[in-house]
Amino acid sequence: MTRTVWDRHGVHIAGVAETALGEVHGQTELSMFAAAAREALSEAGMTLRDVDGLFVNYMGEEGTVQVGEYLGVTAPRYVDSTDIGGAAFEAFVHHAMLAVAEGRCEVALIGYASRQRTRRARSVGGGAVDTDSLAAQFQSPYGLPAPIGHYAMMAARHMHQYGTTPEQLAEVAVAARSWARLNLKAWSRDPLTVEQALAGRMISTPLRRSDCCLVTDGGAAVVVTTAERARDARKPSVRVLGAGESQTHWHLASMPDMTVTAGAVSAREAFGMAGITAADVDVLQPYDSFTITVLLALEDLGFCAKGEGGAFVADGRLAPGGALPAMTSGGGLSYNHPGALGALLLVEAVRQVRGEAGDRQVPGAEIAVAHGVGGYNSTASTVVLAR
Amino acid sequence: MTEAYGDAVTAPFWAAAGQELLLQRCDSCGAHQFYPRPFCLACDHDGLSWTPASGTGVIYSRTEVRVKVRPELVPPYTVAVVALAEGPRMTTLVVGDDGEPGPTCEIGDAVEVAWMPRTDAPPLPVFRRSA
Ligand SMILES: [Zn+2]
Repeated sequence: MTRTVWDRHGVHIAGVAETALGEVHGQTELSMFAAAAREALSEAGMTLRDVDGLFVNYMGEEGTVQVGEYLGVTAPRYVDSTDIGGAAFEAFVHHAMLAVAEGRCEVALIGYASRQRTRRARSVGGGAVDTDSLAAQFQSPYGLPAPIGHYAMMAARHMHQYGTTPEQLAEVAVAARSWARLNLKAWSRDPLTVEQALAGRMISTPLRRSDCCLVTDGGAAVVVTTAERARDARKPSVRVLGAGESQTHWHLASMPDMTVTAGAVSAREAFGMAGITAADVDVLQPYDSFTITVLLALEDLGFCAKGEGGAFVADGRLAPGGALPAMTSGGGLSYNHPGALGALLLVEAVRQVRGEAGDRQVPGAEIAVAHGVGGYNSTASTVVLAR
Repeated sequence: MTEAYGDAVTAPFWAAAGQELLLQRCDSCGAHQFYPRPFCLACDHDGLSWTPASGTGVIYSRTEVRVKVRPELVPPYTVAVVALAEGPRMTTLVVGDDGEPGPTCEIGDAVEVAWMPRTDAPPLPVFRRSA
């Protein structure tokens, strides 16, 4: 089995921490990340002095450089600023796993922090585009809100092709909210029903307010290291069994099939390396940037057949007590979405496998999957973790 | 405009905009492609010729936008991805018979190209429901 290959290499996550979450005042992104990094390293029984691999992006120009200087990690042996959006962090675990297994670094620090909410950094215009770019020529003149309009088109196509309904999309938001009600750190904790979700403001058909993730401040730090180094950890370390990544498109019209994402490849790679199938997964942390993102991921990761995601999420299957506990922190929809959610998905996956998730703990969770998505459902990366 | 709009590879598309919807067609395998590139995506051949497209297609997906994105576009309006009769897909706006954005459409609707004038750029290819 491929799983024994990676067990032999023994790559672990030995520490995780969230940054300050929600609306963060009196801190900078760098100071937020420094606090989370030191906390995650402390869980691992380490300090910043131990870090020799740095995996960071979206914290200023040149990826890892400014963060490394700030943290005093001035001579790392391995640095990586893979730029695939929210999927970068599961990809960082993939890369760190290989680097650690090959001895190219021993203590890899992964993470991110953002104050996008307090900075009011988000707009639907999708940012300034270079006037010569292909996007400026062939996409942005049409006024598609970004990123929501892209996901809306995927949802509309999925509905057309498979009969998926707005109620089924709302079920995803309701499941996330029911988990958030069990998490004191979650941003949105008021009860939410399918009816309430469907009464929300339409933004880009068929997606409503309740289909969209939060815009909050937040971030996380994750420490990947060898089994040997993980033995000194203050908390049980978690094995990295497999990881994978892929991408499909940038311009919406170039997405090969609007109902199939890069998750089909990233999960095939990760599950193949881990020697598991979807049926082995006890708890899932899908990237819930939008409700449709979850539905497509469930299909592409093999939890149900293509087109059956809508029926699959009905009857609270993803909610507390459901057959496939997913978004157990409350997810990007109700807990926190700092612009790039991938690092927080890893934190929750680790806590579930450690059995330290408190009121929202999935009993007996042994295998957790964190699935990152980036861009306009352009990129995906999948990580399999086990006790 | 003194300088050609677009870039070195796309300039012919924009030079014909308002008159003809041009696509690249592979001299070897016959595949059409959009957006333009200097090689055939289907068979990797180097030789491509600009050819007028039929200008017809069907709606592959669409969304009615209810928020303000660009100053010149007043919501609600419909953005679509059209599957051209020749195969490639294009992101576009759905316009009415008056050429104005706003009308809705359904996936599978037959559409044909129209041109939306712009002050600072060549006409923009948009689509309206076929009669
Ligand atoms: Zn060809």
